[in-house]
Parts: sequence; structure tokens; C-alpha cells
Amino acid sequence: MFMTKNVIKNLLCKSATRMYPAVTREPFAGFRGMLENAIDVCIFCKKCQLSCPSQCIKVDLKARTWECDPFACVYCGVCVDVCPVASLSMRATYRPVTAEREMIFMQGPPKAVKAKAGEKKEEKKEEE
Amino acid sequence: MARTILPFGPQHPVLPEPIHLTLEIEDEIVKSAVPALGYVHRGLEKLCEIRDFHQMIQIVERVCGICSKIHAMCYCQGLEELMGVEVPRRAKYLRVAWSELHRIHSHLLWIGLFADAFGFESLFMQCWRIRERIMDINEATTGNRVVVSVNVVGGVRRDLSKEHQTWIGEQLKLVEKEVLALKSTIVSDYTVKRRTQGVGVLTKDQAHQLGAVGPVLRASGWAQDARMLGYAAFDELEFAPVVEYDGDCYARLVVRFREVLQSVDLVRQALSRLPEGDINVPVKGKPKGEVITRVEQPRGELLYYIKGNDTKFLDRLRIRTPTFANIPPLLAMLPGVELADVPVVVLSIDPCISCTER
Repeated sequence: MFMTKNVIKNLLCKSATRMYPAVTREPFAGFRGMLENAIDVCIFCKKCQLSCPSQCIKVDLKARTWECDPFACVYCGVCVDVCPVASLSMRATYRPVTAEREMIFMQGPPKAVKAKAGEKKEEKKEEE
Repeated sequence: MARTILPFGPQHPVLPEPIHLTLEIEDEIVKSAVPALGYVHRGLEKLCEIRDFHQMIQIVERVCGICSKIHAMCYCQGLEELMGVEVPRRAKYLRVAWSELHRIHSHLLWIGLFADAFGFESLFMQCWRIRERIMDINEATTGNRVVVSVNVVGGVRRDLSKEHQTWIGEQLKLVEKEVLALKSTIVSDYTVKRRTQGVGVLTKDQAHQLGAVGPVLRASGWAQDARMLGYAAFDELEFAPVVEYDGDCYARLVVRFREVLQSVDLVRQALSRLPEGDINVPVKGKPKGEVITRVEQPRGELLYYIKGNDTKFLDRLRIRTPTFANIPPLLAMLPGVELADVPVVVLSIDPCISCTER
């Protein structure tokens, strides 16, 4: 008899699951889904590399490169906390699936050697 | 009939993780059991020699996928004791709130798996549906569903806003309502009682002599809980250990079911008394000396031994997980049990093999 109540409830109430992937839930604001680096702001200080527990980040100050292995990253967010210029951030969406193992490789802009503001902008455009 | 040797595991439909038991059987009754461990050893303790003590927080979290927060909390407590850091009160309350949320979802997961072990699929489904609310709370407040990474030496990394607190309160109300709706099924259903009552009995003396911990110990009539030590903010919260006296699988089920409701109450208490202030303090210096810390995991008492040598690497990190302590009691429960009940008995200690082998 105790089943009757449950059966009626299940017939009338909304489904507990979602029609994924047609319907997706909005990610929560503080979710750590993807590591991103604003390479223009990055000063290549290596703090993220030294604090990373899974050692997935490689920074080269001379070549001005920042490299991350997204398959080794554990999304703990420690690098984001230690970043002195806040160039690292976590996006609240998952990284899309890939069939190949790819590194996130980022080449920073060349170091500005007391150039004028106008020249700097032109240099960036050329790079793009 | 002559005695037969039957291997149970390492791969078995009821086992989430690999453990091997060599069962000696006579007329389908188990006479003795010999365990074999070591299928998922990862060498996490050794990593303390090449990762500094801050990075180890993220590594000890991965000892156990279900109670990650509690592992990190135990490790941080040990280091704070070594380095003489006084954690802010707000951080202590937040640690309690998150660790109790972990206990709720771990117990709901276990009740589901246990129901699955004796073929009660719909109870499994209901428990895991309720658990999803707790996972959402984890995701919204800490940034991840399972491995939450909120602990640092000296406090916690994230704060709970007022909106989050009220939202957690609302969600917990729903969780409590839904868990109570399952009460009649879990506690008084004929199927559940038939499969669990009187099966795998661990007497009060045996539980003490073999060093059982956690719900296994409390189901045998001992009112022992590491939370009674008063770590974090547990000394300021109202709390009494849940005790059952039969020592069988049913008693262990009831203990865990009642602990879900107790943890809901503890989260509410922690949030209602949440003091204002900082959530962490800056930590200077390196750990030096030895320390042993204990906390209560969902599965029982967790013990960390930490030895620092005044460098950023630890000399030794030893983790004794509750499942390791509960394997001798399991071997005492098995003799006399029917072969068909072995999965139920094995699952009743809530085995976490990855924890045990680290």
C-alpha cells in the first residue's frame, strides 16, 4: 500500500534528470572548470609553476612562454591564488573534450623596451 | 561436503574497488577468510619527499575520493599543531560545515551501494538522487563536486556568503525531508531486514579487541567517535555519538542512516553559530617535529602521523585510514555467514580500498 502514494507522486512530478546534452544546467559562479591565462598581463614569475601540486605548468622567462598540460591539471586553483598580477583565472565551464593530447601553449608578447605607446600597439597587431 | 576454496574479488559486481578475499567454504557456509590487498597502491605517502608541504594538501585529498575534505583537514590540523598556528574561529566552523556535508554525501552513497548489494535498485536510485543536492552545494560553495580543495594550512580558502548560507539551509531542509521519506524503507522494510538482520555479527568485545572504528564500532555498542575529541569547532557544537547495540549489518545501516540526520543538524548548528572574522592566517616557517592527529571520517577514525625536519619537505607522512582498521573486524564477521551474504557483509564496513592502500 505504501507504494501507491509513491507511484502517484512519480507520475505527477517533474523528472529528476535533465535531457542532457539538449538541456544543460548553468554552471555555478565559483566553479573551477578551466584554467586560463591572460598572457598579455603575465609577468612569467614562475610562482604558478612552483606552487602547482601536479606540476602541470611550465614557464620560461627568457622565451616568454607559458605552457600547461590540461590533462595533468587537477583544477585546484592554487596557481590562481598565488598569481601576483591576477593573469590566471578559472572559467566556470568544463574544458571541451578532445581526441588528442594537446598542451596549452602560450607565447607572450615581446618585452616592451621603453617603446612608445603607439609603437607597442602596432607590434601587437603584427603578431596577430 | 569437503571444504572448498573460493576466491572473492578482486573484481566482483558489488565491489567498487579491488580487494581479494580467499574464502574457505563448507556447505556454502564461510569457515574462514584471508584478505589480499595491494591492487591499487599509488605511493602517495612517498610523494611527501618531492612535493612541498603545501602541495601535499592537494595530494592527501586524493587519498580518498569521497572524503577528500576530511583528509586535507586532518593533514592541515597536524601541520598547524607542528607550526603553532592558531586557526581563526570562522575557519574552524567552515571546516565543520564542509566536513559534515562530506559525511552526508558519503553515507548516502554507501546506503545506495549497500541497497544495491542486496538487489534493492530503487533505494539505490533514491539515495543517489538525494546525494546530488549535497554535490551541488559542494560545487557552488567550494568550486568542485568531489575534491573540494578548500583547506590551506592556517584556515580555509573560501568563505560562505550570506546568500550561500540561506541556500544551504533550504537545500538541507529538502535533503532532510527526502531522507526521512526513505526512513520507513531503510529501517523497517521486510526485504532490508531479511537480508541484514543477524548477518555478520560483531560482538561488543570483538569490536574492541580487533580495533574496529567508526560506524562499525558504534553499531556494536561503543559510544566512540573521534569528533568527541573536539577538533575544529566540534567542542562548541552539541553532539552525541550514534550508537546501536546489535552489531549486525542492520545495526551498521541504522547507525549510518541516523548519522546522516545528525550531520544535517551539525551543518545547521555550524552555520547558525558562524562567527565573523578572517578565514585564514598567513603561515610562516617550516614544520619541525612529530605529530599525530585524528579526525572522524565517514568510515571511522582517520590517523595522520607527520614528521617534519625544518625543510619544506616532510620526513615522513603516515596515513592510517579507517578501512585498514576495519579489515580485521570484517574477517571476524565472515565465519558462519552464508556465501550469498558475503557481499552484504563486506560492503557493511564501507570498504574504501584506495584509501587503505594509498
